[in-house]
Amino acid sequence: MKYKSQQVAYWFFALSMLLLALQIVYGFIMGFAHMGYDGLHDIFPFNTCRAVHTNLLVVWILSGFMGAAYYIIPEEAENELVNVKLAYIQLITLALVGVAAIIGYHFNYWEGRKFLEIPRPLDYLVVLNVLTFLGLILATLYKGKKRTTTSLVLTMGLVFAALLYLPGMIWFDNQTMDSFFRWWVVHLWVEGVWELIMGGILAFLLIKITGVDREVIEKWLYVIVGLTFISGILGTGHHYYYIGVDKTWLIVGGIFSALEPLAFLGMALFAVAMYRKGEKKHPNKTALNWTLGTAIVSFVGAGLLGLAHTLPQVNMYTHGTLVTAMHGHLAFWGAYGMIVFAIISYTMPNMTGRKLFNTNTGMLAFWLSNIGMLGMTVAFGVAGVAQVYLERKVGIEFGLVQKEIQVHFFILVCCATLFTSGITLYIYEFIKYGRPSNEALVD
Amino acid sequence: MLSKSQARTFFLGGTVITFAIFLGLSWNSLSNAVPKQTHEENLTDQVVRGKHLWESNNCMGCHTIFGEGAYYAPELTKVIDRRGEPFVKAVLTSKAPWAPNGRKMVAYGFSENDADDLVAFFKWIGEVDLNGFPPEPDLKQ
Repeated sequence: MKYKSQQVAYWFFALSMLLLALQIVYGFIMGFAHMGYDGLHDIFPFNTCRAVHTNLLVVWILSGFMGAAYYIIPEEAENELVNVKLAYIQLITLALVGVAAIIGYHFNYWEGRKFLEIPRPLDYLVVLNVLTFLGLILATLYKGKKRTTTSLVLTMGLVFAALLYLPGMIWFDNQTMDSFFRWWVVHLWVEGVWELIMGGILAFLLIKITGVDREVIEKWLYVIVGLTFISGILGTGHHYYYIGVDKTWLIVGGIFSALEPLAFLGMALFAVAMYRKGEKKHPNKTALNWTLGTAIVSFVGAGLLGLAHTLPQVNMYTHGTLVTAMHGHLAFWGAYGMIVFAIISYTMPNMTGRKLFNTNTGMLAFWLSNIGMLGMTVAFGVAGVAQVYLERKVGIEFGLVQKEIQVHFFILVCCATLFTSGITLYIYEFIKYGRPSNEALVD
Repeated sequence: MLSKSQARTFFLGGTVITFAIFLGLSWNSLSNAVPKQTHEENLTDQVVRGKHLWESNNCMGCHTIFGEGAYYAPELTKVIDRRGEPFVKAVLTSKAPWAPNGRKMVAYGFSENDADDLVAFFKWIGEVDLNGFPPEPDLKQ
């Protein structure tokens, strides 16, 4: 760590880990409910758990991105963060808004629009919070000595993510219009600007870990984020097939969303190629695992499993079934969960001065969580395909089909236990690192 | 071999062009297709009140409409066709917990008026032209 203010990142990562742990708890409640064990229904009804589970996901990932930005931007711009105190205030208010929203979900206080459940008054606080964050990042970049491509791509991703939050705040009477603009937020985030953020963080990690020349890495970064936007923006069409808009989107969405895996394939090839090309072998093996892991698993989860049901002919049957949950889990884990884990694993030794580079706990955390998540994905997939066949092809009633597929949720919960043991080990090691220290500063 | 500035041009150019096409197609859909396909003339105050109830109770946290939502409870786009109005109203107004096939729903106990608003919303939803969704089960005997 070269700049003292980079330590702010630690607390964002800590918040991230805390919220992830909570997210998993709600996931288990839903897994058991799907299995038929819904004893907690009166206190934690499914719609509450669902909103909490997805919103915690968004907040812990965003907190991880913010932490990553607070670490990367000073180092890339070669300048201390302009105002550390404000960054801590931003952290605390982010946590408070998140907690307030989640408590509200337990008392039927929400907006009830998938992924954008946060009630309106809190939306304004989110906007204020993100503006503070962006102000700090942009000012640091502006006052810094350098503006590298990596830092610009990362910042661009963060700025666009903030802008794209706004269409989700427009009120429409027409459900179709409502849904149309909801996807401007949700799709253009996860299959657009978040990939920019991921690409920026990945480029930073590859520069540090492989020692390959920055110019080479940043050139390919442009190509990858170019592919992301070219396929991803028009790929939004895959959400417009069956919501009451014209059939143009069946063609446009079908073609462009089928190209979306290219960006992720590019990312995977890029990471592996840079690793092979690099002559410097960084001793931080845990960070290397997560870095290569995120590039590969995101290609499988977001790229291939997305492709599996993105064509309109297939999506006609899979739309609104557990097949979506299958894709969603591995995509978010591979692309955004693992990139946050990668940056945490890379920065922790630098911030704390403890060099837990290649520990058994770290290895085990990586493999257990990945094998667990892969197993969950398969369980969701089998349940989803069975559901599609029985409900949409054979025409058996929803509730009867759900009874038929309960057994797959037993497997899901088993795999989730494996996943959770991996996450527990990761958090254990996070705690073992201790707090960031000024003694870890290097010139 | 590709240079860094060419790569940047590819990124910026590609983004601007696809985003322009996206905005054009969106504008076309929203101004021409949506009013027709959703029968906007039937979008009464009652339907809007129903939509508000749908959202403020996070029905999408278990159910789907237009295939969007969660996968814990049935798809409701064609619920009025499938179950009929009296059945749907009975479920919405019931103060006793309702658990078809053992899967529990929160007992909302809506008032008559609220239930009517929700039914109006479902009727409007059911008439939207969804390009063939939900599909007819073609293997049904």
